[in-house]
Amino acid sequence: MDPAFLLGQVFNGLSVGSIYILAALGLALSFGLMRVINMAHGEIVMLGGYVAYLTIKAVPGPLGILAAMVAAFVVGGALGALLETTIVSRLADRPLDTLLATWGVSLIVQQGARDIFGATGVSVTAPPWLEGAVNIGPMTLPMSRLFIMLVAALSLTALAVLMKTSRIGLLVRAANQDRPTASAMGVSVRGVDLFVFALGSAVAGVAGVVLALLGPVTPTVGQSYIVTAFLVVILGGLGSITGTTIAAILIGLVSALAQVFTDVSFAQVITLLFVIAFLQFRPQGVVAIRSRALDD
Amino acid sequence: MTLPPLKAAFGLLVLAAFAAAPFFLSSYDLSLTGRFLALSLTAMGLVLLWGEGGVLSLGQGVFFGLGGYALAMHLKLVGLETGEVMPDFMVWSNVKALPWWWAIFKNPLVAAAGVVLVPAATAAGFGWLVFRRRIGGVYFALITQALALAFATLLISQQAFTGGFNGLTNYKTLFGFNVNREGFSHAIYWATLAVVALAFLGGAALLKSRFGKLLRATRDNTNRVRFLGYDPTPIKIVAFTVAGMLAGLSGALFALHAGVISPALVGVVPSIEMVVWAAVGGRASLGGAIAGALLVNFAKDKISSVLPEFWLYVLGLIFILVVTVMPKGLAGMVPEFRLKPLRLPRRTPKAAT
Repeated sequence: MDPAFLLGQVFNGLSVGSIYILAALGLALSFGLMRVINMAHGEIVMLGGYVAYLTIKAVPGPLGILAAMVAAFVVGGALGALLETTIVSRLADRPLDTLLATWGVSLIVQQGARDIFGATGVSVTAPPWLEGAVNIGPMTLPMSRLFIMLVAALSLTALAVLMKTSRIGLLVRAANQDRPTASAMGVSVRGVDLFVFALGSAVAGVAGVVLALLGPVTPTVGQSYIVTAFLVVILGGLGSITGTTIAAILIGLVSALAQVFTDVSFAQVITLLFVIAFLQFRPQGVVAIRSRALDD
Repeated sequence: MTLPPLKAAFGLLVLAAFAAAPFFLSSYDLSLTGRFLALSLTAMGLVLLWGEGGVLSLGQGVFFGLGGYALAMHLKLVGLETGEVMPDFMVWSNVKALPWWWAIFKNPLVAAAGVVLVPAATAAGFGWLVFRRRIGGVYFALITQALALAFATLLISQQAFTGGFNGLTNYKTLFGFNVNREGFSHAIYWATLAVVALAFLGGAALLKSRFGKLLRATRDNTNRVRFLGYDPTPIKIVAFTVAGMLAGLSGALFALHAGVISPALVGVVPSIEMVVWAAVGGRASLGGAIAGALLVNFAKDKISSVLPEFWLYVLGLIFILVVTVMPKGLAGMVPEFRLKPLRLPRRTPKAAT
């Protein structure tokens, strides 16, 4: 087999994995903390794409994409905060019901986007500095994909620094480790929930911006990535950032390498089989928090 | 104490009303009613699995589809004209010979068994893989959703063998009867009604049995069930398998009524819609599941025929409201007909005089 082609697929896997990192990080954070999955997360990604479209229209020029990321971060965060206070926090301790309620939100948001922006989708023109490609040996690496990997790496670093060094990071870690004790020590766990949910949604908004660089933004663009992002969360283990990163890259690589041998649809089946097979050996996911609790 | 005679009388009355429907409903409404009754089997499966077992599957479309395709393959094969060896879409895709896993469905008995057994075997195998590693709750819901996505994508991409996006349609005969005759649609309606009634009684019996008790116990506290010496894994697998069988039956009957089975009926979105039927009716009520399936689908038909875009807003709101405002669904609004234990005035022992 052509080694350059194989290497190219590895690169593709890493870049798809970077998208999954951005799409799944927020899910994983709030899942670890609150044990809930937000089914409307994909729609926040989608709205991030539309924010990019609008911002780049308003701010033409090479820096439009950066302005779009800031805007999508803010919009995503605000939407996340709204969703958390109105629905998710009311359904605490009923994770399956949260799935259904947030799915309802996602249907409404999707249809709203369809009514406002049309079903066909809009395209975001990438700034000139993101067009073109870098040649390394026999491989051609598109700039836009390298940019996505950079955004994912920067987001991960920023998040890690936030969690490790800031006061709010400390509170999040405390609530994550032992919710009742943190609460008893005066940590506002409700506030932590809200913060983490909003932060995760803000990252999802940024994910929408980078997705807009790869293809047209449609009302269903979020949904097409989100089911796999859910698998990333499962594979990663309970809300661990490291686990989510490893899982996202694993899934990106598995699906890209499966496409060497077969078509996209079988690659999807193989990805699912990979996750199920992996869980046979490590049902707790890539990174497990050691605990004596019965259910976690 | 519940009041079995009252309940039974009510049930018989409803059954009689449905059985008489062909005589007073328009043929369009009758066809919808039959179709939605078929769908209610899937909802009943979800009541067993989710309402009583606490296991939410977002992939029931897979089993619905397996049942539907099993029957549709049979219908396509018996509908072939003399001289044709394979359905037209295979000819267009340059398939050389009919694959064996198509050919066996030519036999009506194999097809009838396949409608139930293929989904059952798939559910049992998948359930065994997942439940034995104690994967449940949100994890299970998301993995089954990925299963639905993979299944629908596979159906679309393997066009040469599955009919692709259009699915399998244009049926001609079943067991030698012309499916397009008026009498056939009535027969299918009554057959569906009978299956729904049997499933209702069977489901109720199952829930009343020791298994039903264990299932509820597993839902309420899996660990305590383990401590008491029971293994929750087979309980969940059986519930998932029964739900899968019901979904398969549901898919097959639906394909007969609607004259089509296609990937658009089995993917991620339809699979989660199935959950809302059970949720609206009452997730732990078999009767509620029937009512929910009929109600939601009639609402969908009426609303989307007037304002197609509007339906998704309504459906979204239903999802939100049914879990936040009325988690017990319609069944929760029916006052429980329970006889209060008759309080006899306590007889104060008279002091002996």
